[in-house]
Amino acid sequence: MSLAEIRSRFPQLQEKVYGKPLVYLDNAATSLRPVEVISKWDVLSSTLSSNLHRAVHFTANKATEEFEETRVAAASFLGADSPKEIVFTGGTTHSLNLLAFSLGEMEGFLHEGDEIVIGGAEHHSNILPWQFLAKRKGLKIKVLPIEDNGTVVPFRLQEILTPRTRICCIAQVSNVLGIINPIRQLADICHSNGTLLVVDGAQGVVHCKTDVKSLGADFYAFSGHKIYAAPGTGVLWGRMELLEKMPPYMGGGEMIGTVKWDGSTFAPVPHKFEAGTQNIAGVPTLKPAFKLAEEFLKTPYIEEVKQFVLKELLQIPGLHLYGLPGNIEEKIPLFSFSVDGAHHEDLALILDKMGVAVRSGQMCAEPLMDHFGVTGMLRASFAPYNGPEDAEYFIKSLRRAIDMLV
Amino acid sequence: MKTLEEAKLAVIDEFSMFDEWLDKYEYLIDLGKNMDAFPEELKTEDRLIKGCQSRVWLDTSFSDGRLHFKADSDAIITKGIISLLISVYDGRTPAEIVSDDFSFVETVGLKDNLSPTRANGLASMISTIKAEAEKYV
Repeated sequence: MSLAEIRSRFPQLQEKVYGKPLVYLDNAATSLRPVEVISKWDVLSSTLSSNLHRAVHFTANKATEEFEETRVAAASFLGADSPKEIVFTGGTTHSLNLLAFSLGEMEGFLHEGDEIVIGGAEHHSNILPWQFLAKRKGLKIKVLPIEDNGTVVPFRLQEILTPRTRICCIAQVSNVLGIINPIRQLADICHSNGTLLVVDGAQGVVHCKTDVKSLGADFYAFSGHKIYAAPGTGVLWGRMELLEKMPPYMGGGEMIGTVKWDGSTFAPVPHKFEAGTQNIAGVPTLKPAFKLAEEFLKTPYIEEVKQFVLKELLQIPGLHLYGLPGNIEEKIPLFSFSVDGAHHEDLALILDKMGVAVRSGQMCAEPLMDHFGVTGMLRASFAPYNGPEDAEYFIKSLRRAIDMLV
Repeated sequence: MKTLEEAKLAVIDEFSMFDEWLDKYEYLIDLGKNMDAFPEELKTEDRLIKGCQSRVWLDTSFSDGRLHFKADSDAIITKGIISLLISVYDGRTPAEIVSDDFSFVETVGLKDNLSPTRANGLASMISTIKAEAEKYV
């Protein structure tokens, strides 16, 4: 697909902000949505409104088919063994909270004094659910430190693991540093220690060809809204034997076997984790979104854009870039930085008026901000609809904004 | 000294000179840069205004029946905004501030042109100034 073809599929790019064309560089927060996702959403909302699994009527069957076909698509997209390993959730945050609860309640798994290792660059969504669990169960949390350039070195994990480490949680790609972590190696280290590896794929799933089996993770979570699908959708993938042993997170409709006053039984995996009415119009948008994401991996100019932005940023005086691996192939087109004498909030505010949407602040990673000794950063994150023109305009606008402030 | 109403009109007047928001930002940046230096030792937790994305400190003193404000922020546009508020409300009596509705910020268009988080920051600045004034009524 050419850049023009890609751009024509995202209606929001046709919109103007303050009379200027929109240069949307906040893709790591949420992506824009293409016509195929919007029309799927529209069809499900306007002509296929019915609840799933419960009824025998025509539209309910159609809606259920759409939903379950998406499960099959998700399994194939992730390289899962079976669609049954796909649990639909409201997003990564939901997936990780579900996991921290249900894994925590798995019989005989955790004991007081056990440990959880969390990556040093994690999003709050991959910290807080584990802090809650640690508090409930009397567990100890250890941090897997990152190097100064933002990379994760596997032997550091080796150093902090003990026989009591039960769970290790890390992002495939940090939402601040944009570095692709060596998940396979971390998985091998974890497994030789009897530790389960939980991978937050919110950023990674968008930019990496992900195969959960070759990745070696035990659990993998991601959101639909960052990968061009509807917001309020997400996936938790887990290894079947673990999902089967985990008790449900929420109780409600459709997750049950039988319900009696003296106790209930639950539906098999994955439905036991999908209590209540699901996001029936949103989840099926994942299917066209996966297809698009796969096509996007073949877009050649992304690498060019990444190299250009990196080169230009490094030439700006007083600019500090966070997350620069020795091998640039290990970085996605996501750049977080600070500029001496120019506050990230001021920069974002001025860029906004120039039509450039970027993110400023702590980016839901306060411990990482503390690690680098900053109150916040500015982040520009690119998607395949951001071509060389967007990249050039961004650099020009950034330079002008810095000139206004410094 | 200008009356409260005159001070507000002066700000509204100044702002109406700029059509482009970038120019308005440049003006706010200048205001921020030209603000009196804020003593480091006053940058305490209790002077921090809650609800702003950037850090904003406000120091209040009371003499001869009037309130005096000093402020600082690590973000310069925010500093410009609070400087603007101070240019209007510094040296007023507590009664004047408490009974004021602060609607001039809407006339200036400040609120509409700030994102919700920053509009909240502005609202926090205003409510802090009001709360300080209430202590002395």
